[in-house]
Amino acid sequence: MSKLKLIFKREYLTRVRKTSFIVGTLLAPLLLLVYMLVIVGLSTYQGGEALKVAVLDEGKMIGQLPDEKGVRFQTPQGKTLEQLKQEALEGKYDGVLQVPAITNLDYKNLSLYYHSDKKLAPEAKERIESRISKKVRDFKIDSLKLERKKLEALDTKISIDPEKITPGGEDQSEFTVGIGLAIGGIMSFIMFFMMTMYGQMVMRSVMEEKTNRIVEVIMSSVKPFQLMLGKILGAGAVGLTQVLIWIVLSGAVWFIMMPFMAGSGDPAQMQEAMQQAQASGVDPEEAQGMGLKLIEELQRQNWWALAGAFVVFFLGGYFIYSSLFAAVGSAMSDDMGESQSLVLPIMLPIMLAFYLIAFAGWRNPDSGLMVFASLFPLTSPIVMPFRMAFNPPMWQVILSLVLVVGSAFFFVWLSGRIYRVGILLYGKKVTFKEIGKWLFYKS
Amino acid sequence: MSMILSIQNVVKRYQKHTAVDNVSFDVPKGSVFGLLGPNGAGKTSLIRMITTITAPDEGQIFLDGQKLNAESPNLIGYMPEERGLYKKMKVGEHLLYLAQLKGLSPANARKEIDVWLEKFEITDWWSKKVEDLSKGMQQKIQFIATVVHRPKLLILDEPFTGLDPINSNLIKDEIAALNASGISIIFSTHRMEQVEEMCDHIVLINRGKNVLQGEVKTIKNEYKQNLFQVETASELPDDFRNRFQISGEEKNKVTVRLESDSEAERLLRYLLDQKVRIQRFEELLPTFNEIFIARVGETA
Repeated sequence: MSKLKLIFKREYLTRVRKTSFIVGTLLAPLLLLVYMLVIVGLSTYQGGEALKVAVLDEGKMIGQLPDEKGVRFQTPQGKTLEQLKQEALEGKYDGVLQVPAITNLDYKNLSLYYHSDKKLAPEAKERIESRISKKVRDFKIDSLKLERKKLEALDTKISIDPEKITPGGEDQSEFTVGIGLAIGGIMSFIMFFMMTMYGQMVMRSVMEEKTNRIVEVIMSSVKPFQLMLGKILGAGAVGLTQVLIWIVLSGAVWFIMMPFMAGSGDPAQMQEAMQQAQASGVDPEEAQGMGLKLIEELQRQNWWALAGAFVVFFLGGYFIYSSLFAAVGSAMSDDMGESQSLVLPIMLPIMLAFYLIAFAGWRNPDSGLMVFASLFPLTSPIVMPFRMAFNPPMWQVILSLVLVVGSAFFFVWLSGRIYRVGILLYGKKVTFKEIGKWLFYKS
Repeated sequence: MSMILSIQNVVKRYQKHTAVDNVSFDVPKGSVFGLLGPNGAGKTSLIRMITTITAPDEGQIFLDGQKLNAESPNLIGYMPEERGLYKKMKVGEHLLYLAQLKGLSPANARKEIDVWLEKFEITDWWSKKVEDLSKGMQQKIQFIATVVHRPKLLILDEPFTGLDPINSNLIKDEIAALNASGISIIFSTHRMEQVEEMCDHIVLINRGKNVLQGEVKTIKNEYKQNLFQVETASELPDDFRNRFQISGEEKNKVTVRLESDSEAERLLRYLLDQKVRIQRFEELLPTFNEIFIARVGETA
């Protein structure tokens, strides 16, 4: 067996057999799910008990008010403001909302008074304002004796549905864009995650060999480049294995979920689901339509092309970054603190690419900056898979692929030259200037 | 006598200094060869070139008659001074891995490893993790890893540092046994008492240069100062101190410096004639420590 293969095998097997790998692979999607649920939960968090508000309807225009999320209205009859204030102080209400009578129906402004010693949270304030605004509107419609049906006809909902001029072109509805965002976002995130995690795994492993002093023993049997490449390949294969497991797992989940979304599942369950949907105010027909549309949309994506490109970008990006991390790892001394300053320049482009997508990319995936970032080999492995979901011009995809593969070879070669010197150097702090010199050492 | 290793005019330069400066020497087949020198003399640089970790800038190295090539590492077993193992690996897997890196087939590697584990009576260590072993135990594994592929040339860089006397002796015996079976050994050290004990040939490197080389016996003879020590049970004759040059005197012991070693006979005969009761009579050969200090001092 060739030495490279032996190294690869060891690097791969020792990692895959670790319990931390197995647990991590199975738990990571769960943790991600929990994380997302927590975020959703946090953003809809209501913050304690509902606010009890007594409404003093001085103009008799409001009538009964239904309870809001987080706000409970009460309309006690025949009480004066002073009485209500007193009751609020006693703790019966959180506050008293005084709604003055409207003297002129033409007035477009109406100030309400909220009497309370407690601060009114912005969210509750907005809720109350919009609720009262609707009630006042109804009051005005009635008072002016306007016809409600005709008024409603004034509101026209506008939506833009893009259509291609060239026949056979891709129809990009808002829905398509949304799905593109989701797929692109997930792909970029996986890419980001893999490159940083597995890149640093390679770096730690290189450092371990160096501080362990096993490297000199290994070096007397194999070439430094073989060891570095075997390590990179081994860790990369671990990453691919992990992604593969995730794909199979999500495929299985998709298979189980599909019947429900398409509406051809168990009738009893469907019935139940529809009733729930009705109860929550969503039109079941519409919900079912959405499900079908989602499936249709997901099926229309060119998965083979996406998957193929993803793998190439993954490999390219992974080789670029893991070899850089390996080079940096070889240059480090035993001092961990100093290592951070060497890692930062490598992390920078990855972070930039990720932030670019998070803050600018989704607004306009075809902006000049995004096009550049999707071609530049240090950012393209993260940015291009994101753009791919929006059908960028073919030449850009191909150019990006060529650049990333070419750069991968270049960086592996470059890192190999740094690695062979760094790995045998002990007890010396290393600067980037010095690393630069290593490139030109004779082997 | 054929040579297992031939170093010819080897030069290795680093950025600011020349680590190995035109060094040449031969290691005879079957010898225990001492590669000596103070710290920073260039020993490690030299070893790294022999083990093909680095390449010389100038000069050539021949292993068993052939210029160093891709197969050379498989003929060499190298135990560096700075050594270590993968902490998380199991002993058996670790040895298998290193043996296969040296070109053994998995089956062959397994067989050889078993032989060594049995020899050291540690067959039950196979599935122990390296990190669970003591330092001395790890050294044993390291030693097995160095010799498991039956190298023709064994290079041991300070092999006894960190070993307790028992393990030290165990390894020493194994080295002797390997040497007896025909394996040549290069023994790099700056501990001179080990040189006298184990080596038959040496080279002394200082500041990247070869300052002394040859057979241990010959070198010792070259450096001897014809000192003879006599231990007596009776008083020395009165004119003894006039007849011989005394270089040192203790109670009942006197050290005499002679013109040449053939003078020894004359000295002994004189003492016998004078009816001196001799308990001990020996030639004082210089220790390697003295030679080392003398040579390094001269070339510093």
